[in-house]
Amino acid sequence: MTARIIHIARNTFREAVRDRVLYNLIAFALLLSAAAILVGQISIGIERLVVINLGLTAVSLFGVVIAIFIGIGLVSKEIEKRTLYTVLSRPVRRWEFIIGKFFGLAGTLAVNTFFMAIGVFGALLYVVHKFSAPDALILVALYFIILEFFIICSLALLFSSFSSPLLSAVFAFSLFVIGSFADDLRGFAGMAHGLTRWVVTGVAYLVPNFSTLNVVNAIAHQQPLSAQLILQNTFYALFYTAMALSGAVLVFERRNLK
Amino acid sequence: MRSSGSATVIAAFCLAVSMAACVLVLRHIDQIRPHATLDDALYISSPKIVKRASLGFDGLMACIYWTRAVQYFGYRHHNHEVSYNELAPLLEITTALDPQLIPAYQFGANFLAPRPPWGAGQPDRAIQLMEYGIAHNSDNWQLYYNLGFVYYTELKDYKKASEAFARGAEVPNAHPFMRLLAAQMAEHAGEFSTARMLWKATLDTNRETNIRQNAIEHLRSIKVDEDVTNLEAAVTRFGQRTGRLPSSMSELAAAEHLPGIPVDPDGKPYVLTSEGRVLVQNPDDFSFITKGTPPGYKPSAAKFHTRS
Repeated sequence: MTARIIHIARNTFREAVRDRVLYNLIAFALLLSAAAILVGQISIGIERLVVINLGLTAVSLFGVVIAIFIGIGLVSKEIEKRTLYTVLSRPVRRWEFIIGKFFGLAGTLAVNTFFMAIGVFGALLYVVHKFSAPDALILVALYFIILEFFIICSLALLFSSFSSPLLSAVFAFSLFVIGSFADDLRGFAGMAHGLTRWVVTGVAYLVPNFSTLNVVNAIAHQQPLSAQLILQNTFYALFYTAMALSGAVLVFERRNLK
Repeated sequence: MRSSGSATVIAAFCLAVSMAACVLVLRHIDQIRPHATLDDALYISSPKIVKRASLGFDGLMACIYWTRAVQYFGYRHHNHEVSYNELAPLLEITTALDPQLIPAYQFGANFLAPRPPWGAGQPDRAIQLMEYGIAHNSDNWQLYYNLGFVYYTELKDYKKASEAFARGAEVPNAHPFMRLLAAQMAEHAGEFSTARMLWKATLDTNRETNIRQNAIEHLRSIKVDEDVTNLEAAVTRFGQRTGRLPSSMSELAAAEHLPGIPVDPDGKPYVLTSEGRVLVQNPDDFSFITKGTPPGYKPSAAKFHTRS
């Protein structure tokens, strides 16, 4: 079972690399280099902040775009090319296929994030000349970003398991935007009454809460994060990912592939 | 194969020519249509909407808005403009997006407060900005220092300045000179010594190159103002004693028992005019002097340094 999942994951990773997904690293490197050099000349006092804010925001946005646009095609492309039938005709279960695809995409994004992290630290070193202890907190922000990718990958897979690529992209991106406003949704629920309150509270808990995983600005200001937050965010992301993947497996198990 | 090669060459040629033509045409269009000012960039004036639209990446958005504020101020200052209508909203959006962005308060208040041509001439908005910054960063004594600075330099409100320094002195790890400044403001001590103390404190407590350069510029200018004041007082004394004005700086120096011809911070001798006025040789070398300039002299905006 594990070997089959690993095999599917490895193939998914290879396919992403063949699709030149990692080319985005070039754009990222150019963006950060330009920011590190230019901002010092056109602004005042925020060189370090810009490198961290821009670097981590770019890592996040590049990853989200990759997660959505690859994730939505993971199932539908296999059906379209009819390679899915070959895979499923072997002793591979449908849920193994979904989980393998998830790990393949998550692995691609983790590798992508690793190289981008090197870029962020490189640009930071260029600007500040010397690292300080609080700079290690950037690793926590990167960890949270990877957790965010896990959630988005699983959501993209969920939508991909029953919908067309275009609609899956719309759904996944919409959820990303709504998830960024999850705290506001909860605030809105607190102000509502009766049935509206119940519905909005339900929606607020159902959509992924990306704002809790976004600590970029706090890290940029070298504000410490509690170990409790790191632990709770880890649990939240893993549970949410498990929930979305379970949904994807449920749908895919019942899907008529004929 | 050959036709494919020639097609590539032609396509590359067309690409280069079209690109150059686009640039040329756009440059011509820029000349015939009214210039889009930097004011036009403030499409959304509500900090809350900008914050929502940033999808949680408000730190980056704040950096972008802060850079916009710097560019807006720099552009208008460079063009000797006197109205800075969008500066305060830009700073308000910046600080609403990231209330911990300290440079936006420190520099922003000093873009807003000084009278033109050095700033926007809006000390009240600068004070609002600083109070907002203090409310969100109450443990940062430098913000109280900057607030007191605005009260002292722009409004000459010694009581409020003293209060601001005193509040800042209560912050843990505040620099000891805060108590000194509070006391000096309360006493309304000598202008030059107080100003020198403020700028010296700025120089000693900042690592930012722009701020340090600016403090040095101010200290140099304060020295010139003080020298000119003292020398003109000496000219008056000389006139009261002799019934005439000194014929030269050396005569004045001898009468006042000075060790030599007085020189400015660059080592250039001060000039005594036939009307008894004392001038510096190159006023453009001292960006912030208020004395020692020839009649009708206008400071060069190009020599502006940000004040903090």
